[in-house]
Amino acid sequence: MSETRERKDYTNSPLCLSGRGVTKIFGLGDKKTVAVDHVDFDFHEGEFVSIVGESGSGKTTLSKMLLGLINTSEGEILFQGKPRNISSGRKKREYWKGIQAIFQDPFSSFNVFHKIDSVLLDCINMRGGRMLSHEKKVEMMTEACSFVNLKFAELTNKYPFELSGGQMQRLMIARIFLLKPRILLADEPTSMVDACSRATILDMLLDLRDETGMTIIFITHDIGLAYYISDTVYIMEHGRFVEYGKADEVILNPQAAYTKRLISDVPKIHEEWDLSTVELKAE
Amino acid sequence: MKNTLRQVFHSSKFLVGFILFVLILLTIWIYPFLNPGNPLEMIGVGTFAKPGTYVSVYDALNTGTETLRLPDADDKRVDQLLSDADRVSMLEWFDIMEIDVSDLDATDTEALLDLWFEHYDQSIKPKGMTQAKRNFYKRLDNSVRQIRSADTLKIMHPEEGELVERGSINKTDYVNVGDVANVKLLPLGTDNFGRDVLKEMVSATGTSIVIGLIAGIVATLIGLTLGLLAGYVGGWVDDIIMFITNIFTVIPGFVLLILISYSIGQEQRGASVVAIVIGLTSWTWTTRSVRSQVISLRNRDHVNLSKLSGHSLVRIVATDILPYIASYVVMAFILQVSSGILAEAQLSLLGLGPKTTVTPTLGLMMNWAMLYSAHTNGSWWAYFPVILTITLISFSLNLMNTGLDQVFNPTLRD
Repeated sequence: MSETRERKDYTNSPLCLSGRGVTKIFGLGDKKTVAVDHVDFDFHEGEFVSIVGESGSGKTTLSKMLLGLINTSEGEILFQGKPRNISSGRKKREYWKGIQAIFQDPFSSFNVFHKIDSVLLDCINMRGGRMLSHEKKVEMMTEACSFVNLKFAELTNKYPFELSGGQMQRLMIARIFLLKPRILLADEPTSMVDACSRATILDMLLDLRDETGMTIIFITHDIGLAYYISDTVYIMEHGRFVEYGKADEVILNPQAAYTKRLISDVPKIHEEWDLSTVELKAE
Repeated sequence: MKNTLRQVFHSSKFLVGFILFVLILLTIWIYPFLNPGNPLEMIGVGTFAKPGTYVSVYDALNTGTETLRLPDADDKRVDQLLSDADRVSMLEWFDIMEIDVSDLDATDTEALLDLWFEHYDQSIKPKGMTQAKRNFYKRLDNSVRQIRSADTLKIMHPEEGELVERGSINKTDYVNVGDVANVKLLPLGTDNFGRDVLKEMVSATGTSIVIGLIAGIVATLIGLTLGLLAGYVGGWVDDIIMFITNIFTVIPGFVLLILISYSIGQEQRGASVVAIVIGLTSWTWTTRSVRSQVISLRNRDHVNLSKLSGHSLVRIVATDILPYIASYVVMAFILQVSSGILAEAQLSLLGLGPKTTVTPTLGLMMNWAMLYSAHTNGSWWAYFPVILTITLISFSLNLMNTGLDQVFNPTLRD
């Protein structure tokens, strides 16, 4: 990856996932919290989209709604141009063949009672490879592991908690490599791993996109990171998209005050860190 | 798994409780081999014999293999068995048969009997003797022969019954108590029906633990199923299950237990029925706590990942939820067993326990002791060891539970 990574224009690509007036409200009456407030979005095939916002802005809630893990309160989500139907378990399973996720905390993403092999075998089975021979399955798992610079021979018969955080997150990507979904939703996949592993993981995500042409929805609080890898950026504040567009336009020429604040909050090595935008709330 | 077990057995509290419980189980298993027989057999006559060593005056073991009789005592016994009227009748027979009995002393039983066996014959029909009289002599002969058949020491082989030795024992001879068949050591005396309290209690402990286990299994299964359903499925399923659970929580469990036991009736109330009834009334708090644990688990990332991998609800509950709460469920189960044993004791004390006279339980033993006022007549051995056993079982189970709690919740360790 380099500074000159070219960003393609995806506005004319077919729609992959879009939402109209998507809203999530938790609680009732006085305790009502609007986590996501009537957001509209259009994600195109092959696009690398970042959703940027601070903690509590509703990013994770939105991602769970996109995954179909929680229901929307209002609005509709369109999958490949058609309204999404996940009313039954069978339909949900079908939907999840097309959309997969990488979660924030690799340490809690795996069932500690299952070996690594079973995590990867599940993916092969989900892709209809249940009847394949054992050798073929091992070959597929080895390929997936080598894609993320892991050695399957060293991982087999181990438990996830025996790996480091970076290795676990790479294993998650190996899982995606096996599943090859149309859309990957990465919810802050790099926030719990060290800086070196972060670059490797981001590279792998980009490789995955280039290889399979999947749409990657990257959720992060780090606007610098979003600028570095995405084609399109959505800025989220208090459950609303305050600004969106091509990464260059949004970040080099921000319009919303919130975006400006986010950009000025990024620490820079050669400059004094400007903390004036940080709101200090007095008691 | 191996590490968890090692950690569990490093906890001194768990280890003490575990060893105590295993010792109780071993006693229940081994004691019947040392002291076989029906634990409810009434070996003594009369109520509440003190703890101690007893020699039975009759052949309670009913072995039939050895007969031991001391000569002097035997003579007296034979003397007593042959009544004066019989002696006169025998002398009359000798008179009819014209046998010379001038030098015979009627009180010398041995000589009288010797003469009788020498001369009496059932086939002889003396002249002028009525049929009734002849039958009388036949009966007399039969009873006399029975007296005679057992008047010397015989040592028989226990199995074949053949004569091994024949001899006589002097009055000054000593007999080892260990060799006498009818000696019984009753370390805890007998209860109101003359039953060996220790033997009865060992058997009762086994039954009580089985009752506790059945009650614990029933309560844990119901509580776990409802808790998992309510917690994981949520929504209206959760509402309905929690509604039922709250109703059962509000009604005092023990009152419910009494009412159910009472309505089942004495005849149908076996040990297992009582155990199931106890289990059916004590599942509520397992449900509540399992539900709250599941609610905190169901939004974890590994559950979401499992959903995304297309696993079914049953599989997610079984592999992604259950293993995470397994340690908690084991602890809840141990407490349910302990409270099941206590509930049985309470019920039985009130006379609502399992059907009597078939199987003893710890509660029933206390009930019997109470009914026959062991506590007022000072027969402490009939109830105190029972109370101690119940306490020990509860203590060991609770100790195991506390130990497990400390292993699985490290914040509780001191």
